[in-house]
Amino acid sequence: MRIATASQTVGPFFNFGLTANPSLGKMAGDGAQGERIRLSLRVVDGDGIPAPGDAMLELWQADANGKYNHPEDTRPVTADAAFCGFGRLETDGNGTCVFETVKPGGVPQPDGTLTAPHINVSIFARGLLKHLVTRVYFSGDPANDTDAVLQLVPEERRSTLLAQQENGLWHLEIRLQGADETVFFEL
Amino acid sequence: MTTYRTPAPGTHPEYLSPEYKTTHRRAPLQPLIRIPQTLSEITGPLYGHNPIGETDNDLTRQCAGEPQGERIIVAGQVLDEDGRPVPRTLVELWQCNAAGRYLHSKDNHPAPLDANFIGAGRAITDDHGNYRFTTIKPGAYPWRNHHNAWRPAHIHFSLFGPAFVTRLITQMFFPNDPLLPFDPILGAVPDARARERLVSSFDFDLTEPEWALGYHFDIVLRGKNATPFEESGT
Ligand SMILES: [Fe+2]
Repeated sequence: MRIATASQTVGPFFNFGLTANPSLGKMAGDGAQGERIRLSLRVVDGDGIPAPGDAMLELWQADANGKYNHPEDTRPVTADAAFCGFGRLETDGNGTCVFETVKPGGVPQPDGTLTAPHINVSIFARGLLKHLVTRVYFSGDPANDTDAVLQLVPEERRSTLLAQQENGLWHLEIRLQGADETVFFEL
Repeated sequence: MTTYRTPAPGTHPEYLSPEYKTTHRRAPLQPLIRIPQTLSEITGPLYGHNPIGETDNDLTRQCAGEPQGERIIVAGQVLDEDGRPVPRTLVELWQCNAAGRYLHSKDNHPAPLDANFIGAGRAITDDHGNYRFTTIKPGAYPWRNHHNAWRPAHIHFSLFGPAFVTRLITQMFFPNDPLLPFDPILGAVPDARARERLVSSFDFDLTEPEWALGYHFDIVLRGKNATPFEESGT
């Protein structure tokens, strides 16, 4: 067996290579099905200092029907052609990315029930030698109580994964380190 | 359902790496929580979020004139830990110019920009997982990590592979670079074989007479777990 290629940091100067196209933050096209949402994610370090343009967030999510546009999702449901499940933005000077997307549908879990609506997030930054993975859930969604992955998170840390809605904007802080550090996953 | 193996210990750096100062306040200190691979993790973005243009894999032909520096060819294969090629996957790369300067507003290294070099490229692997770029050899550049800190020449690579869990961003280095032993970023990789994997090899077969030296760089993504029903010989 070959040894896998090691991860290395994205560094600070990736903009012209990866994030020059801000339209990758607009995942829901005209006519996308479901509830359109704006999702604001802000990346801060262990001192609470936001990552100013030197972090990149990538989202991967199901469409409003819970369908992933990928061959491994073999359910006989057509993925919404007006929706792109992938989003990518660099943080602004305040450490924030705002994605225009839809609230994803639940996805079947091994026991046949549905997951809570969630968005998979990869975090890349200067100072991260390998990317971090977390999930965004939606505060107040009743399915959060039965989501299998959320139940693996100690109850006192679950709030770090719950976006809160305010003035039509869903928001979540991603705290890389320190008090209320965000829960990150090993896959 | 397809699932992917955990990489061997020592393959990837730890988040907290004392020699790399920016990790001190950005590395998470709580242990990661291990979760099973579900549909959310074994699906992932496939290429196609931007169309590939004709000069996207030739960084020497993206501007009006030719860039300064040593023209090189960088090519290799994207495969998994079991040696299976990863076909039709997006490879993105970016780099500084021959003088060690990035086309980025916050790069203030006092080295010249090159009006004929952007430094970003994209390619899709072919049916056998192969990719190929033409570019110029990037320069070394200083960074403020410690006194007299210099990054060895490197090219940043970004790959998706078939799933959310195969996502990889890495860096390719050049053989016999005297700065390699002093680089805290390469040095953060624990396993010596994994560090060697990040160093490209000079390749006469890729080298084109009267034109450009060739460097070979294979990229190995996570392998799949065996399943009882897997066909042999595929
Ligand atoms: Fe770099």
